[in-house]
Amino acid sequence: MFNNRATVLLSGLLALVFVGTGGCGRNSATVTVAGSTAFQPFAEKLAEQYVANHPEAVISVQGGGSALGIQSTLAGTASIGMADLVKLPPEAQSLHPTVVAQDGIALVVHPKNPITSLTLDQIRDIFNGKIVDWSELGGAAHAITVVSREAGSGTRSSFEQIVNGIQLTANAIIQDSNGTIRETVANDPYALGYLSHGLVDPTKIKALQVDKVECTREEIKAKRYPLVRPIYLLTREEPQGVARAFIDYILSAEGQAMILKDGLLPAR
Amino acid sequence: MRIAPKYTQRLAVALLGGATLLTLLVLLFIILFVLQKGLPAVTWQFLSQAPRDMGRSGGILPVIVGTFLLPLLAIAIALPLGVGTAVYLTEYTRETRLTRVIRFGTDCLAGIPSIIFGLFGFIFFVVILGFGWSLLSGGLTLALMILPTIIRTTEEAIRAVPNTFREVSFSLGATRWETVLHVVLPNALPGIVTGIMLSLGRSIGETAAVIFTAGSALRMPTSVYDSVRTMAVHFYLLAREGLSNENAYGTAAVLILAVLGVNLTAYWIMNRFVGRHT
Amino acid sequence: MKWNSETIVRQVLTVIAFSSIAGLLLIALFILKEGLPFILHVGPRAFLLSSNWDPANGHYGIYPMIVASIWITLGAMLVGAPLGVAGAIFLNEFVPKPAMRLIKPTLELLAGIPSVVFGFIGVMVLAPFIRAHLGGPGLSLLAGALILGIMILPTVISISTDAIAAVPSTFREGALALGATRWQAVHMVILKAARSGILASIILAMGRAVGETMAVIMVAGNAVKIPHGPLDSVRTLTANIALEMGYATGLHRQALFATGVVLFIFIMILNSLAGLVLRKKVRRS
Repeated sequence: MFNNRATVLLSGLLALVFVGTGGCGRNSATVTVAGSTAFQPFAEKLAEQYVANHPEAVISVQGGGSALGIQSTLAGTASIGMADLVKLPPEAQSLHPTVVAQDGIALVVHPKNPITSLTLDQIRDIFNGKIVDWSELGGAAHAITVVSREAGSGTRSSFEQIVNGIQLTANAIIQDSNGTIRETVANDPYALGYLSHGLVDPTKIKALQVDKVECTREEIKAKRYPLVRPIYLLTREEPQGVARAFIDYILSAEGQAMILKDGLLPAR
Repeated sequence: MRIAPKYTQRLAVALLGGATLLTLLVLLFIILFVLQKGLPAVTWQFLSQAPRDMGRSGGILPVIVGTFLLPLLAIAIALPLGVGTAVYLTEYTRETRLTRVIRFGTDCLAGIPSIIFGLFGFIFFVVILGFGWSLLSGGLTLALMILPTIIRTTEEAIRAVPNTFREVSFSLGATRWETVLHVVLPNALPGIVTGIMLSLGRSIGETAAVIFTAGSALRMPTSVYDSVRTMAVHFYLLAREGLSNENAYGTAAVLILAVLGVNLTAYWIMNRFVGRHT
Repeated sequence: MKWNSETIVRQVLTVIAFSSIAGLLLIALFILKEGLPFILHVGPRAFLLSSNWDPANGHYGIYPMIVASIWITLGAMLVGAPLGVAGAIFLNEFVPKPAMRLIKPTLELLAGIPSVVFGFIGVMVLAPFIRAHLGGPGLSLLAGALILGIMILPTVISISTDAIAAVPSTFREGALALGATRWQAVHMVILKAARSGILASIILAMGRAVGETMAVIMVAGNAVKIPHGPLDSVRTLTANIALEMGYATGLHRQALFATGVVLFIFIMILNSLAGLVLRKKVRRS
């Protein structure tokens, strides 16, 4: 059936041509921004604004989590990686970081939950599975539904690093974005989760005090609230061209004002 | 005590009817739930504008375009490959062990979870070949996903064409290719169209594989290297972030209407062609 | 070799067929190339039977996910198979043809609804209901099985309907002529004849349930633990791949491909089963 050598050669040639064109023809002016789901909505809005002023720029924003942001920047798939991490991991050391915002991590429960404050030690024990019932903390007699993010999330890595010593309990429910954590906690009176401070909607969820410090912008700015992380934009080398212009825009007064308005803190 | 068959029949009909009714009600509930919450959001502005403010306001025009272009590209790649392969396997080769192995292989690949195609597409097209998150990566991945289905359904449709048709054609002096082109394929068309519709439906609803290959960019695509967002992806992202449940439902409503449209088009095509050849 | 239009066509078709098959082979080989060495390196026992999934520290046990996938699929089958087959029987045997003209397109429309819509309704409607009335976090094995069961209903109904419709009408008429009621004709004659087709439809629907990703991520909770009951939160093999594939590198990435191999084997077993069931029928008739 396939005994005709000419056929085999032709197919092989086609395949080579196909593979060879990989990457060519790709518009090198496209800036692909990928990574942190916490910063993704902001990046989209900033890109929208930037492109409105510079119509020839092509900025493509993707999500996937901070770890994906780092990996794809290293691999060249993304021009800019977004990572919301307290400390950049070893593989990111070769990348060039720019801080563009600060964000607090709010510890959230259902509005009907009587608990208003937790200590870092209590938080650690809950997420380790040592404290399993709300009654151990002075609340109702019911199991705590621990909600966390997937392993590649910058929010989770930062949270676990700041609280220090967390080996997430196997009973924890895992959700893949800030939004789903918010919805999960909003729907379950016994849930405990964490998410980007800018996404707390007081009508749906309640942010707890950590070590008696409220999770508000002032406390975060004053560095009294412990759960804070910077948001990095990472590039392979010194940013250039459209990537540089975009990052500069984000750091400009206009960009930072938009970040502030929508719930994050400016890079300072 | 034996119950008269008349009564067991009534019981059976009641139970079966009840089960069927339950099934239809649950499924209808889902469609109506989405349409009821979503249709109010579907205005002309919604359909014709670009999204603004992270999807909280504005419309979904680029998303609609993406939902149209991506499956189109996938089918444009998979259809000629699939039909050609099926024609070759049925009309131009004998039934050997090799063809049986190939058939088993395509059957297996037809059943592989989409996420695995997504994983492959992400690693191979997006990263290794460097196409990035793009229409091209997404289209190629989807094409590979639907290829086994198209090969399989086309093969079955071709086999269903009676041999007498072919024999008559040959006796009239036609070559094999002329027979395939003018006799076999037109008669196999309803089956082929079914395969295309099935694949189209699957492509439109595909989410995980699409996010990882075509990405989720909100702008209007201008080249195959651009990332696109499809309605299924947009619905998923809006819904899970809780940014705008209203727009999420609106997107889902448009999506369901699109699927309805595709199905109705399929019926229309089938009626036209079946009417012509029977 | 004579180069006329016939041979040109033959060559073109050969190239096309070769390319398609090569493309599909590429996927299969790629997955195997990434996944098999990993399984051999880590050891099948450590991979398949260990409950310790902790890629950051080099542990790749997917046992809880295998258990979850099996239970969710069985649960989906428990929901989808009886309802689906009952529906197929009823629609084929007891519903007049004109009504079918409306019902059949509706079912096909339902088959086209994306899984994320089902998943979202599961999150908004089903999970809170389970949490309020049955306990647990709501996002659970039960929620996943119910949603999957509903999702495979159109498939089961449609393939079973084909199987039942394929039974020659002489079977039906013969039974009725011998004095059987419609129901007796159905369960004594027609169902027996359509049995393999119906079984095949259930097995194929199970294959689709095993492969479902989005809906499961949304409603099953994704906890990496072995479920002790239907109200526990679980993570399936597909959810595991989707949650980690974006950033996994090296051994971790290979682990995900290896999970793909496991899924591949699952599906192959299910497909072969379906094929066996259908072939037995052909041999008997």
